[in-house]
Amino acid sequence: MAAWKGLTTNVLSHETAIYENSFPVEGGTYENAGHVSSQIKALLKRMKISKEVVRRAALVTYESEINICSYARSGKIVLRVTPEHVTIEAIDEGQGIVDIELAMQEGYSTATDRIREMGFGAGMGLCNIKNFSDFFRITSEIGKGTHLKMVIRIDKDFDGI
Amino acid sequence: MTLREIKELLDAEVLVGYDQLDKEIKTAFGADLMSDVLAFAKAGSLLLTGLTNPQVIRTSDVLDIAAIIMVRGKRPSPETLRLAEELLIPVLTTKYILFETAGKLYAKGIVGCMERVDDERAFS
Ligand SMILES: Nc1ncnc2c1ncn2[C@@H]1O[C@H](COP(=O)(O)OP(=O)(O)OP(=O)(O)O)[C@@H](O)[C@H]1O
Ligand SMILES: [Mg+2]
Repeated sequence: MAAWKGLTTNVLSHETAIYENSFPVEGGTYENAGHVSSQIKALLKRMKISKEVVRRAALVTYESEINICSYARSGKIVLRVTPEHVTIEAIDEGQGIVDIELAMQEGYSTATDRIREMGFGAGMGLCNIKNFSDFFRITSEIGKGTHLKMVIRIDKDFDGI
Repeated sequence: MTLREIKELLDAEVLVGYDQLDKEIKTAFGADLMSDVLAFAKAGSLLLTGLTNPQVIRTSDVLDIAAIIMVRGKRPSPETLRLAEELLIPVLTTKYILFETAGKLYAKGIVGCMERVDDERAFS
């Protein structure tokens, strides 16, 4: 499932990355949940990217990170920044998603009581990710894992690193 | 309203962020569901919640929440407070329930960061 909002991938692959890094995420525990999102947010802030873009990037990273902690064995967040786009990929090894269309529906959740106790599990994360990204793609293989790709366009007033 | 005025109004105790009490607050969002906070809360808003786990602080950091008011006399764990200190997010606790806390703030001019979820679900 992919949601295009006027972006083409070939534009992205031709752009030179000004920053690229991969951050490991531990699955099955909340001990460090959100740690990568805070780190990525601080990094983007330092690059002087507009507040709005930083906030959206942090939000989609956070929802993905919480999902990895909740539903996967292990995973990673890959951040790539070009002068025009912030690209975030959340790749995990885990159970995968049986029915992506169902998982994308607002309110659908298989969250455990432990996840709900922390205030999550309303089934809004994936919708939120889609709504806050300019491009969103989700692929999943049952028993193997899930791969999310989110792209956020950097505003015109971006003044470089 | 400043955070200091809010502290007085709610008879709240400051747990983190004594040095940020001059912060100006205009809007707020109240929820015990982090999923909803992530979907609807706007940057610079006050967060009213009864949740106290570390994810409340992470969520607030991600969303640029100005300060957190823990309602119903809730007190966070040392772990939550440590994270708030690290991420420089003020945390206050009040004995008032969520409804009273929101009402008191509303009467003083603090408004919701959105009115209804159907008329302004701006993804920003
Ligand atoms: N990385 C993943 N691996 C396996 N299953 C997943 C993954 N991400 C999401 N899911 C499945 O999709 C469902 C919906 O995910 P979504 O993030 O939208 O909601 P949630 O995590 O249940 O609740 P919320 O995000 O509102 O706290 C999950 O309950 C889970 O069943
Ligand atoms: Mg989720």
